[in-house]
Amino acid sequence: MPDLKLLEAEPTQAERDAIDAVAGVADPFSDRVARSRPRRHLLLPALRAAQRRVGWVTPGALGYASRRLEVPPADAYGVATFYALIALEERPAEVLHVCTDLSCKLAGAEVPPGAHPSPCLGLCERAPASMRTIAGPEPREEQIPPTSPLLPQTSGLKLLRRIAEGNDPESPPAEFAALERARELGPERVLELVKASPLLGRGGAAFPTGVKWEAVARQPAKPHYLVCNADESEPGTFKDRVLMEQDPFGLIESMAIAMYATGCEKGFVYVRAEYPLAHERLQHAIDVSGFDIELRIGAGAYVCGEETALFQSIEGYRGEPRNKPPFPVEVGLFGKPTVVNNVETLLNVPHILLEDDPRDTRLFCVSGNVARPGLYELELGTPLSELLELAGAEPPKAVLMGGAAGSFLRPDQLDLPLSFEGAREAGTTLGSGVVIVYGEDADLVDAVLRIAEFFRDESCGQCVPCRIGTVRQEEALHRLASGRTQGDEIAVLADLTQVMRDASICGLGQTAANAVDSAIHNLGVLA
Amino acid sequence: MKITIDGVTTDVQEGSTILDAARQMGIDTPTLCYGDTLTPVNVCRVCVVEVERSRALVPACSRKVEEGMVVHTDSERVRTSRRLVMELLGSAVDLSTAPEALAYIERYEAKPDRFGPDSLTVAQAVKVDNELYVRDYSKCILCYKCVEACGVDHQNTFAITVAGRGFGAHISTELDVPLPESACVYCGNCVAVCPTGALMAKSEFDLREAGEWREEEQAEVDTVCPYCGVGCNLTLHVQDDAIVKVTSPDDHDVTRGNLCIKGRFGYRYVQTRKPA
Repeated sequence: MPDLKLLEAEPTQAERDAIDAVAGVADPFSDRVARSRPRRHLLLPALRAAQRRVGWVTPGALGYASRRLEVPPADAYGVATFYALIALEERPAEVLHVCTDLSCKLAGAEVPPGAHPSPCLGLCERAPASMRTIAGPEPREEQIPPTSPLLPQTSGLKLLRRIAEGNDPESPPAEFAALERARELGPERVLELVKASPLLGRGGAAFPTGVKWEAVARQPAKPHYLVCNADESEPGTFKDRVLMEQDPFGLIESMAIAMYATGCEKGFVYVRAEYPLAHERLQHAIDVSGFDIELRIGAGAYVCGEETALFQSIEGYRGEPRNKPPFPVEVGLFGKPTVVNNVETLLNVPHILLEDDPRDTRLFCVSGNVARPGLYELELGTPLSELLELAGAEPPKAVLMGGAAGSFLRPDQLDLPLSFEGAREAGTTLGSGVVIVYGEDADLVDAVLRIAEFFRDESCGQCVPCRIGTVRQEEALHRLASGRTQGDEIAVLADLTQVMRDASICGLGQTAANAVDSAIHNLGVLA
Repeated sequence: MKITIDGVTTDVQEGSTILDAARQMGIDTPTLCYGDTLTPVNVCRVCVVEVERSRALVPACSRKVEEGMVVHTDSERVRTSRRLVMELLGSAVDLSTAPEALAYIERYEAKPDRFGPDSLTVAQAVKVDNELYVRDYSKCILCYKCVEACGVDHQNTFAITVAGRGFGAHISTELDVPLPESACVYCGNCVAVCPTGALMAKSEFDLREAGEWREEEQAEVDTVCPYCGVGCNLTLHVQDDAIVKVTSPDDHDVTRGNLCIKGRFGYRYVQTRKPA
């Protein structure tokens, strides 16, 4: 695009090298050659590389990335400003991001001077947690605390069994048995088996996986893509992190099976930026096993867990959800038929093919006021009370199910069976398997205000109900909490709940009032 | 194909939207971010309708009709969402020069002040950084139309973008530089599609500031642009025998409302008299 007006600032050599490492070495004739494929999809990786090198995205780096990738500078600026972890103002090479979200708040999180508050870092079992980003010639990110006891539960495991048995996440298994089995069976038979299984998506929406796979497999448009949605950012969720960190080969194998069954040319695994160990181990597993899978890393945006926002992000655009229909099975990544599956969902597939464990289990991320926080795996239908007992929960005054987009339960509702139907009947959701326990001394008003703040921060800003509704929701809650009420807050909140649920573009806006609504109407908090 | 809107079954062409079908039936559906010449972005959500068997409401402007679809455009749910959308917009944005938005507030009995006097707004200083048009983002409802017009829908200049996120999302040039330092070519096609007066020709802005903008007295005169051979249609807005603004009709096959800097802003020679 030689006629684009470009930024005048020049990058430093270090920035140039960092961006070239993503975009390829600059070709002196590049502006005279028509490109066969646009390279805008490399924008976020290029901005990330520049920032990891010098600590922030300078005007020179932004201009150079737009020039190399042929993206208008204004567009590149729009993308860079979308992501919370991309800095466009100078800051130190080392930055501490302190989680102030639900579980860490319960554990007394405090943001020291100079540190940045952060939404949930997915380290809830280690609360209070933080992450340090260190820019330089050898950039790295550190999770703090760096480790936690691996699994609090040792028996009855299916997806977590390999991890409990102490597999080495850095060495490949002797064979990919389930993939071999898939190749023996052929794609059609694999589709049949997955369709016949009870497997429902584990990312929150609980859509039948086999139905999704078949829909993509049958699409005449080519190529097909597989996207593993590993952007788990729902406050309180850390299951996919544990799976990726401890069983990366399992995930890569599961993705290879999905690609084989649905005729996907290429797979992407999109992992949130806050999971450095997962990046490292997945990249290693991909390199060692040689499947056509690409690791993509986010940059701090909860909304990118919404599948179409995730496509936008991979394609180098702002992570703004698309309107559906068309659905991803028809028009997905790069406009092509796309299978999108959550990490936990995919890791169920090998067990279906190997028929080694018929139980339908589900992972639960337990944190808050419990003695043994961590990842649990239970058969669907197990009562919630049993999970709370396993985790050594204090007698709760409330339990938040499903994270910020989920809802609060009262102490008398804890018998509910942990199944999709059981949750629905109790007016809640299993969502991404979040269970946060609020003990007798917990401050529920504080939790509700934090949830409202979270959605206001994470709204992409595209549609009116969510962009302004999440602000008005937070304002009304603050008026109630401070006692300076207008007298009509409950009615205002009810209206906001309705318009966000009914008229928002995506699931973020549609669920942004769920937990608040349940706190008011189910728990009586601020009512 | 056959669809039913508000109890009336009708034949509509495949590929049309619910909005097309509703208009065909004479149902007045409110729209703000929709433009006849632009790709629908369906972000304002004021056009939402209820489609049976759909969990959430759907935007009429972009949802394609399907055989047997049953649509309600004036149900309680629809009216509530449309009212709330207008209350939210009215509470955050200065709609004083947005006649359509003001009409929808009245139509849906919206009360934008119900959220209280301390509600966060997008109020900010007007950006006057060139002689041709001003940007008053206190009046911006973030409909994306200007970005679309500057980008692939019309002009392919890509001078502006949506930057930031959430309530902080806003229209910006790269690094928020003033327009003269940006890629802007002053075609003014963004001004033409702006539904709220956030983007306004400087001539109009100055007259409004001076209290001399009298739209009801203005005559509209259609003519052809005198500059090049393309022959774009111009609509001259004339007040007190002087051109105060130039637009171009949306329904023209060639220009679809678009002009270049000369056609839209280069009219002053008409009324510059030789000094005696």
